[in-house]
Amino acid sequence: MDIHEYQAKEILSGFGVPVPMGGIAYSPEQAGYRAREIGGDKWVVKAQIHSGGRGEAGGVRVCSTDDELYDAAKSMLGKVLFTRQTGDRGKLCTRLYVEEASDIAREIYLGLVLDRETERIMVVASAEGGMEIEELSQEKPESIIRFTIDPAAGLQDFQARELGFKLGFGAELIGKAQRILRGAYRAFRDLDATMVEINPLVVTKSGDLVALDAKMSFDDNALFRRPSITELRDKSQEDRRETYAEDRGLAYVGLDGDIGCLINGAGLAMATLDMIKLSGGEPANFLDIGGAASPDRVLQAFKAVLMDKNVKVVLVNIFAGINRCDWVAEGVVAAFRELGLDLPVVVRLSGTNVDEGRRIIAESGLPIITAETLAEAAERAVAARPV
Amino acid sequence: MAIITNEMVPTIVQGMSGRIAQFHAADMIRYGTNLVGGVTPGKGGDTILDRPMFDTVREAVEATGAKASLVFVPPPFAADAIMEAADSGIEVAVCVTDGIPAQDMMRVKRYLRRYKADRRMRLIGPNCAGVISPGRSFMGIMPPHIFAQGSVGIVGRSGTLGYEAASQLQSLGYGVSTSVGIGGDPINGSSFKDILELFENDPETEVVMMIGEIGGPQEAEAAKFAREHMTKPVCAYVAGLAAPKGRKMGHAGAIVSAFGESAAEKVEILEDCGIRVAPNPSSMGQTIASMMAS
Repeated sequence: MDIHEYQAKEILSGFGVPVPMGGIAYSPEQAGYRAREIGGDKWVVKAQIHSGGRGEAGGVRVCSTDDELYDAAKSMLGKVLFTRQTGDRGKLCTRLYVEEASDIAREIYLGLVLDRETERIMVVASAEGGMEIEELSQEKPESIIRFTIDPAAGLQDFQARELGFKLGFGAELIGKAQRILRGAYRAFRDLDATMVEINPLVVTKSGDLVALDAKMSFDDNALFRRPSITELRDKSQEDRRETYAEDRGLAYVGLDGDIGCLINGAGLAMATLDMIKLSGGEPANFLDIGGAASPDRVLQAFKAVLMDKNVKVVLVNIFAGINRCDWVAEGVVAAFRELGLDLPVVVRLSGTNVDEGRRIIAESGLPIITAETLAEAAERAVAARPV
Repeated sequence: MAIITNEMVPTIVQGMSGRIAQFHAADMIRYGTNLVGGVTPGKGGDTILDRPMFDTVREAVEATGAKASLVFVPPPFAADAIMEAADSGIEVAVCVTDGIPAQDMMRVKRYLRRYKADRRMRLIGPNCAGVISPGRSFMGIMPPHIFAQGSVGIVGRSGTLGYEAASQLQSLGYGVSTSVGIGGDPINGSSFKDILELFENDPETEVVMMIGEIGGPQEAEAAKFAREHMTKPVCAYVAGLAAPKGRKMGHAGAIVSAFGESAAEKVEILEDCGIRVAPNPSSMGQTIASMMAS
């Protein structure tokens, strides 16, 4: 789960990471109030969307008068911003963060990630801040410093010190850098994060270290024990189709094609999408109905798939282990009856209770296209698309 | 021989009092798994499926001599259950639980390293379908009838895609020595490489089918291992060619977040290491069959 910049800053600040003074605004007028509360004569208005690259998309503006604040806020609020990370759908901006401007002397990249190779939390840093990590690793890979933290012993001061000196900090900044890294690590560990990114971490002209931008992501599997994080979810930043499915416990990813997919198991679902592509079609979604899916769950999955108006064909591909083909078949029949389906549906059933499942489909008298194998199912779904 | 599980290995189920765990435990007993008991804290002294229940894994091991455990414990408590098994002398644990926090798994992996290699528990999973040695025994949630006995070793992240491979093989007249699900989580107990090593040393396995997917470094690591240390041929398939970058495709670990983690890049790495890659998921069986024939 992702959160907004201002939320990440509030969290990190609670763990001792210094952040610029700022406040949230939902209207252009509020943006002005926030600036006055903060004081000073220069502010930054930042669109709060779940994406990097906001600057290039007009989502970050430096202002020094009331009028500038008003115009900047008006140009962002209620607008869909397109960055290189958002894709064609963009992200809706419903709130702004107004922050005191900082006098930047240097920009540092600091990130913490869950490293799958070492199975530890890894610190990633570079003296070349401000760039995205993907760009850094392509253009200046030699500038990237990496080290991991032993989960049993935790972060050691010497590790933070080493990092500080490698980044070229003088002795006066080392203590501050240690505090920031320790805070970021504790936030990561204590809140089940999967990513903390402070980019840039800036050295100000007055010799302070401040987190100018911050991003955090959290482990969906750990949200059950992090209610304070779950509260930060902003559904306006999610694909509507995905929110609908997720609220019903279905793993769904929206894609751009017209073949709606309803599959059990993440691996088989990915493979089915591959097979559709290889057969010349485009999948509309990834959807894993999960294990032990009841007929009602299958019906819910149909609803989620059909929320996407681009869908012209539905492909159901089930290889039941913990699932039961007869339940899935009952769900398909229920979907036809309750949703009044008028588009082609291709069903491939295999595994547990397959004979019973096929019988239910056959005896339903519904115009369901059946398939025996994965390849056949994909080919029939592609062929069933109305021209 | 087969690997990891066979009809001789005394096996327990942690969390056996649960409804779904009982359903699969009963299936395992019918199939031939040597299920000797179950563990659920507070249920010690009860009998489930004619097997004794224990409060702790240690008591179960002392009373039954259990060597393997199937962990069927809900996500908040699963990491603890795995560590309990490791500390009680269980040699191999298979965990099917989906939804364990990644940092819990990080701690589990660190914990397992406390034990010297010769008494360190092998963990398979979590978030996997389990392990089956066809015709002998299984530990997990798979439909056993789709696996015919034979000499193809299968190792994959996904359960359902493993079923797909096994059923394609069966329809072509080939069977499986053991099929191992290593699970779809970002941090898992055994890697592809760990299982390839077991298959290389298993006299009953002639060819290995490795079913990977997007995300993580394990397919690449396994490819290098196969090139440098394996005499048996390995064939592979990588799911997720159609997956967009940065999106989690169902499995917590199925997300492209670094270089070399997309399906196309993994296919390239595998082929560079001399591994034959099935062009699509419907041809996994045929690819193996053609390798067996030559």
